[in-house]
Amino acid sequence: MKLLTPDRLRLLVPALSLAVLLGAVFWLQPRTMSYTGLNLLFNLAVPIALATIAQMFVMMVNDLDLSMGTFVSFVACITATWVQSDPLLGYGALALCIAAYSAIGVVIYVRQLPAIVVTLGMSFVWGGLAVLLLPAPGGSAPDWIRAMMTAKPPFVPMAIVASVLIAAVTHWLVMRSSLGVLLRGVGGNEKTVRRAGWSVLRARAIAYALAGVFAVLAGMTLVGLTTSADANIALRYTLLSIAGVILGGGEFIGGRVSPIGAVIGALTLTLAASFLSFLKISPDWQIGAQGMILIIVLAVRLALNRREQRGARP
Amino acid sequence: MKHALILGSLALALMSGSALADTAGKKIALSNNYAGNSWRQAMLQSWDKVTKEAVAAGVVAAADPFTTAENQATEQAAQIQNLILQGYDAIVVNAASPTAINGAVKEACDAGIIVVSFDGIVDEPCAWRIAVDFAAMGKSEVDYLKTALPNGGKLLEIRGLAGVFVDDEISKGIHAGVAENPQFEIVGSVHGDWAQDVAQKAVAGILPSLPADIVGVVTQGGDGYGAAQAFAAAGRPTPVIIMGNRQDELAWWKEQKDANGYQTMSVSIAPGVSTLAFWVAQQILDGKEVPKDLIVPFLRIDQDNLEANLAATPTGGVANVEYSQADAIAVIDGK
Repeated sequence: MKLLTPDRLRLLVPALSLAVLLGAVFWLQPRTMSYTGLNLLFNLAVPIALATIAQMFVMMVNDLDLSMGTFVSFVACITATWVQSDPLLGYGALALCIAAYSAIGVVIYVRQLPAIVVTLGMSFVWGGLAVLLLPAPGGSAPDWIRAMMTAKPPFVPMAIVASVLIAAVTHWLVMRSSLGVLLRGVGGNEKTVRRAGWSVLRARAIAYALAGVFAVLAGMTLVGLTTSADANIALRYTLLSIAGVILGGGEFIGGRVSPIGAVIGALTLTLAASFLSFLKISPDWQIGAQGMILIIVLAVRLALNRREQRGARP
Repeated sequence: MKHALILGSLALALMSGSALADTAGKKIALSNNYAGNSWRQAMLQSWDKVTKEAVAAGVVAAADPFTTAENQATEQAAQIQNLILQGYDAIVVNAASPTAINGAVKEACDAGIIVVSFDGIVDEPCAWRIAVDFAAMGKSEVDYLKTALPNGGKLLEIRGLAGVFVDDEISKGIHAGVAENPQFEIVGSVHGDWAQDVAQKAVAGILPSLPADIVGVVTQGGDGYGAAQAFAAAGRPTPVIIMGNRQDELAWWKEQKDANGYQTMSVSIAPGVSTLAFWVAQQILDGKEVPKDLIVPFLRIDQDNLEANLAATPTGGVANVEYSQADAIAVIDGK
């Protein structure tokens, strides 16, 4: 049994980069090395991690979702308004959103449309609906979500518990369950899956529905943290979620994804921003520096991939 | 402002020196959501200038500005949480959203940090708000016209960007002022989007349909120069155009003043309001009782202080004023 299988190596890079960044943050700002410190450092990463997982389900079947940010914003608006005032309508609307996501997956497959175009179009639909629902920033978080997001479990802060939980559940779902194998198969080799007698249509509908479920969770947890919503609250999540999946060892094609990696990727992105802010880098340079961190991590991974391929050849 | 200054220094003298030294070890941070226009740039420069002096004088230990790269609420929420971790005693916020960073603001308050929001204010009750009374600003324009044009007459209104809160508020104030003074009548209204070129086109478009005896133009800032150009191009006499503190507007006014004694006034919000927020935060840290809602004074330029303000305003910029500790105390005391 080899200890460093390619899959583990793939996970090692994001895990190491998170560890290095965390070490640097601890060194720069010892205050973060505490219960509250870790919570403040990572609590906004929880919705990002969920959105990253949602994006991962779409990327797993070789598509890309450009509507993630606006969709999460829309969900946040529903959560801060209907779920709060009229729970039946609110949860109904959220269920409809998930159904809509599944339907989008079906339409993309049946009509053989490019997912980027369809989801880009949908991003305007979600954005428009969000503005209609909440024209001015406002609303309030349902009490139970607020309580959940500000909970203080013993010893380990909520943000860490939630991240581990998300990683564990999705790891089981994607890497261990038979459904996960099927979904990854669709991304890896659709033809083979079809010839083996599976319904690719059904698999893709499920993948998009799962993406919808996790995106809805992202929107709800986000409102739990911010206490209210606005129609543009999560626009960054589109790019963050894609970057998170890639950073965590996922690929754009081939059904090669890693749920644990995706969660780590989301945490790393959040931490990178904090790290730069602790360094007191001028804001003009921060966005570029954030990009540099991404490029460095990806370069390391590329180098490892090359080694892996060279090793695979006879 | 001069009035406020005198009252402020009086208040300062009454407070005695003992209250000043207590904040020497305190650190204040500025959390800013956007830096992409001249107003915000001036705001950051003012902050830099005033706080550097304050730090050098030992009033506070640090006053660092932080700007988010993407003008997004979630990004600013993360930034505020980082500032909490960095151990700042007070955070001055120009917020991306009035509600979406409430969670982070609450975290800061719970950590015992003073949060003062200005310009883009937050509605979390534990934070202080330094708001702009735009309606009062609009009304002050009509109040000026009342004295400048005692006989009243027909007015043209130039509005800002449609659908923006600030536009509605200023316009509301102007209309309230006109309702109180029936000698005035608004005969036309166009959207100038706070930009000279847009305002010029819009005014040029509506002028042919307006009566010849327009006596005044009420504006929102950034549109006065464009309006003046449109009137000149149409060969009409120049009415009293209220200006908005932009350098091009002040330069045009000065030119007219020298040529034919043209009279008007100019009003807008000074970007230096960031420094007012800084001093308010310092006062709160100092233990002063400060009401949660404060109103920013406008920066008004009149015939007699036009030259001084024009000289101090960079080309393409906005007239600015940096507030002092005394100004802040005056605002807190409601003077």
